[in-house]
Amino acid sequence: MSALDWVTGLTYLLASTLFVVGLHQMRSPATARVGNLVSAGGMVLAIVITVVFAIVTIGGNWIGWTSLILGLAVGSVFGALSARGVKMTDIPQLVSLFNAVGGGAAATVAFADFLHRTSGEIVGAEASVPIVLDILIGAITLSGSVIAAGKLQGIIPGKPIQFRGSRIVNVIVVIIALGAAVLTVVLPRNDLMLTVVLVAALLIGVLMVLPIGGADAPVVVSLLNAFTGLAVAMAGFVLDNQAMIIAGALVGAAGTILTMQMASAMNRSVVSIIIGGFGTGDSVVGSGGPGADAASVRQVTPDDIGIQLAYARHVMIVPGYGLAASQAQREIAELASLLTSQGIDVKYAIHPVAGRMPGHMNVLLAEANVPYTQMLQLEEANAAFDDVDVALVVGANDVTNPAARRPGNAVSGMPILDVDRAKSIVVIKRSMSPGYAGLDNELFSNTKTGMLFADAKGGLAEILAAVKEYVVH
Amino acid sequence: MTDPMFTNLALFVLSLLVGFEVISKIPSTLHTPMMSGANAIHGVVVAGAVIIAAMADSPTGYVLTGIAAAFAAANVVGGYVVTDRMLQMFRKPERPAVEDETGASK
Repeated sequence: MSALDWVTGLTYLLASTLFVVGLHQMRSPATARVGNLVSAGGMVLAIVITVVFAIVTIGGNWIGWTSLILGLAVGSVFGALSARGVKMTDIPQLVSLFNAVGGGAAATVAFADFLHRTSGEIVGAEASVPIVLDILIGAITLSGSVIAAGKLQGIIPGKPIQFRGSRIVNVIVVIIALGAAVLTVVLPRNDLMLTVVLVAALLIGVLMVLPIGGADAPVVVSLLNAFTGLAVAMAGFVLDNQAMIIAGALVGAAGTILTMQMASAMNRSVVSIIIGGFGTGDSVVGSGGPGADAASVRQVTPDDIGIQLAYARHVMIVPGYGLAASQAQREIAELASLLTSQGIDVKYAIHPVAGRMPGHMNVLLAEANVPYTQMLQLEEANAAFDDVDVALVVGANDVTNPAARRPGNAVSGMPILDVDRAKSIVVIKRSMSPGYAGLDNELFSNTKTGMLFADAKGGLAEILAAVKEYVVH
Repeated sequence: MTDPMFTNLALFVLSLLVGFEVISKIPSTLHTPMMSGANAIHGVVVAGAVIIAAMADSPTGYVLTGIAAAFAAANVVGGYVVTDRMLQMFRKPERPAVEDETGASK
């Protein structure tokens, strides 16, 4: 090993340590921002030493380096602009898009490396296997993530897209991809075969994600995030680059855990989401009846709610995606801070899938200046509901349905917020329409529950005005 | 199986385990920034783009280098920037308004 090998190896080790430490610091909001910077510092180290290493040991020519610099410039500008300009409600799409390009980059790297292998000779399994895996996974991620982002953005219809004979087409494309992959490994270097792998994998990505419903798209984004990690790790095997192997594996693990947690919070299995989309049709069982009519519930006015809130001691806000959809984060935060200023204890009970992906609601509330100390996770919130005087449910539905505690329905076993244990419950909702699970929410017909049929933003504004009447003298 | 290959495989498996261990301790409050931050970490594929840039010696090679570099840079720069933007919004109550720096007007 030369001195440069040593320095490079040690720098990679340091960079990898910084990645792990950075991720570790994300366990608390107080240290998370520093953690992200620590991780970015590791990234700068890894990239700089790679540049030095590549110049000294490989050299290259000016055209190659110019292509690199141009590419980096274009990509950096695009990345920075979209990251700075994105609305917080659109974060899932952007993550998906960054994911797509990461997978694409990994696949491109493997392809370029393959073209440098000696022609007319078998490449050797230790290189060709990671190359084909990288291209398979990377290309699936590239096209799949673009489709998922399109669905989240609403450019591509959110409802599952299927066509006649799609299952047969899927099977054929998968067979072609795998067949070409095997041939790439066993034949002497064959660029055409590898191109077939690439194109087939791109098609698989499209075919896999198109049939998945918009509501499941975040799970797919998370899964593809894990895929990109694995693709990058494979690229690391191809280039014998330890920083890429370690970082890729870390992300692979992160994506996998998040995917499983997300699926269980939605009461679905990852397999049923992917297989459900991949050919067999969506498997959501809608056992909901015709839907309870608004007459069977107790309706309340914004004024009633204002009085209840003004005289409560503990208030728990239960936000759902409906809140974000009507852009009412500011209103809810304003209401909460008004109540807090009156000495009322206000907390937010946030279900893992309250937003469009886990933790998304927390980001949206943080943007509206809600302190993170007021945001309770599922378990913390459920431990607190017995003492809550008023639970204010805004735009949340299935995640509050007590039917989940009984077997035999669409939400059975799903982790829910125990809103029904609060002393009094207020639900702001546009109509009685059932949620994603297609099931009536028993919480709404609870005798403790008062319903306000309104858009979240408008309803909250009226409640805010009512509360002001009672607290401001 | 060659020796370096085995070392790399061990590294891969152990990193997966470390990843599982570290990530499972992150509260759901921070899952979105964590996912985005992890997303930025796989931007280390920039290192791969650098290596293929050094190896490139044909028009195809130059084009692939440019594509890989643009993709990877968008991933790494965008990933870290958007994660930082999210995390800087997470604040404690009663924070003095003095140190309120960017964007978050109110």
